[in-house]
Amino acid sequence: MTIIDASNLDHREINDKIREAGEEMTIRGCLGQRFIATGASDKKIAIEGVPGNALGSYLNGATIDVRGNAQDAVGDTMNDGTIIVRGDVRDVAGYAARRGRIYVRGNAGYRVGVHMKAYEDKSPLIVVGGRAGSFLGEYQAGGSIVVLGLGIGDKPLVGDFPCAGMHGGKMWLRCAPDRVRFPNQVLARRIEESERAELRALIADYCRVFDLDLDETTSGAFTVVVPNASNPYRQLRVDN
Amino acid sequence: MKLEGQVRIPSGCAIAAAISREGRRFNGEKIAAAMRPMRERSNGLGGGFAGYGIYPEYKDFFALHMFFESRDARKSCESYLKERFEIVQSEIMPTRKIPEITDEPIIWRYFVAPHRSALRSLQVDENEFVVRVATKINAETNGAHIFSCGKNMGAFKAVGYPEDVARFYRLEEYEGYSWIAHGRYPTNTPGWWGGAHPFALLDRAVVHNGEISSYDANRRCVEMFGYKCSLMTDTEVITYIMDRLLRVQGLTLTEVAQIVAAPFWSTIDAIDDPEERERLKYLRTAFSSLLITGPFSIILGFNGGLMALNDRLKLRSSVVGEKGDAVYIASEEAAIRAMEENVENVWAPAGGEPVIVYAKEGGR
Repeated sequence: MTIIDASNLDHREINDKIREAGEEMTIRGCLGQRFIATGASDKKIAIEGVPGNALGSYLNGATIDVRGNAQDAVGDTMNDGTIIVRGDVRDVAGYAARRGRIYVRGNAGYRVGVHMKAYEDKSPLIVVGGRAGSFLGEYQAGGSIVVLGLGIGDKPLVGDFPCAGMHGGKMWLRCAPDRVRFPNQVLARRIEESERAELRALIADYCRVFDLDLDETTSGAFTVVVPNASNPYRQLRVDN
Repeated sequence: MKLEGQVRIPSGCAIAAAISREGRRFNGEKIAAAMRPMRERSNGLGGGFAGYGIYPEYKDFFALHMFFESRDARKSCESYLKERFEIVQSEIMPTRKIPEITDEPIIWRYFVAPHRSALRSLQVDENEFVVRVATKINAETNGAHIFSCGKNMGAFKAVGYPEDVARFYRLEEYEGYSWIAHGRYPTNTPGWWGGAHPFALLDRAVVHNGEISSYDANRRCVEMFGYKCSLMTDTEVITYIMDRLLRVQGLTLTEVAQIVAAPFWSTIDAIDDPEERERLKYLRTAFSSLLITGPFSIILGFNGGLMALNDRLKLRSSVVGEKGDAVYIASEEAAIRAMEENVENVWAPAGGEPVIVYAKEGGR
């Protein structure tokens, strides 16, 4: 396995080293370098330190495992692959993702999954272990977003204005529907017991990665949100 | 070269702050280190800092930091200042010649106290007096520009990358209990020395990442109260809004945050406590022209503390961390880790949620 010391490297040099390295590597000493592993495929990349914005943008099949926190725009427009973040992510994680998985153990910032999309068998998935900020799934057009709220106490699971402009895909929130204010153009309802199997299949890998009990994590109140197909485009904006 | 207002460059910025709640003073190297990992947020067309508690030996005097185009401009401005102030110290700003910073104007520093007679004749207090003088000098095209005029604090700014600006101004030689910093990527204008951040008036200094779309509405409002938006850049108006609401109107920092980043009407309507609902409605209505829209992430420094605030949609980033009595704020967590590797309690404030930190015995 290759060790890449990022402490004196800029993003171009880091990405050159990623391309030169074999299949598996650890990047140490990251401090804000952007675009790490952009477009990467067929690589397993562990990251120590704080990777910069747009980590794994256009990712094309590689696996990234961040041991701490990541910054804004994780997996921007990712095409395929897996991004694991053991800490928190900031804003716009999974922006316009087309496929692949983003697993966040901690909390996520604003606009997670904004403009996420899907096509035929290509369907991205974002799972947040803690809380998510406002505008979760803004303009979501496809794929799945799951927010679990593990260990968050009394704090709200999601911020304001979730699903603003949502017109595709599905969202799973581990709370009762009345705990969140949703816009009119989505249907938010309590999970049906028949859907538990779908949920289990969706997050089984997440639970395996973070060593969580799948039964426990998928039990209890869940809200399922989908666009209201009878009224999809009446209001795509937020009143402000 | 075309100046601000003559050319528009549509195009992010970097901001950071470090403060000791105990009022412990530390030199400017730490805040300069914060800007290095955020280099790509700037483009070399502006960098700046403000330090608080840096002039304890002159803490009762206003520290004027000034740019002059020429020696004549300085001489004529000095005679203007002498009629209005007792100048206890007048000196060239200590700088370091480095290849990264070029074409500097003449940079001068004065420590002054307004003449009592001048205050009496205008029937104003010393703060209002200094604001009027600074407004007048900066609005007139006389080759003189006051870019800092507070007590026991100072702004330092230039065209260049912020880490170079810190070396240029020898910030390692200053010790403050609070520092704010900015790396500029000018969005509308070419970038010049006066247009670099922070924008300071009295002890309040603002650094800003974003581009506010309410600029002209805000400008029209503050200009009714005598401010002159002479720098053709959006951040300037935020500084005047802060001065107006905090110094003149006497509002609290939280109230100011609820005016400039007011909650959405739907959010206000959903508040259970009727008194709180009415209070927020009042602030949003009474100061509607001071609502700041569009993306912003700002840090306001002042004697005794600082406040960080994002626009309510949170279209720009900011992260907060702590270690011991120190609080760190920056556009990116990497910048905080550059100041304090083992920072704790790292979190991102919500849009419109002010982060207010006070320093003990800090300059008040």
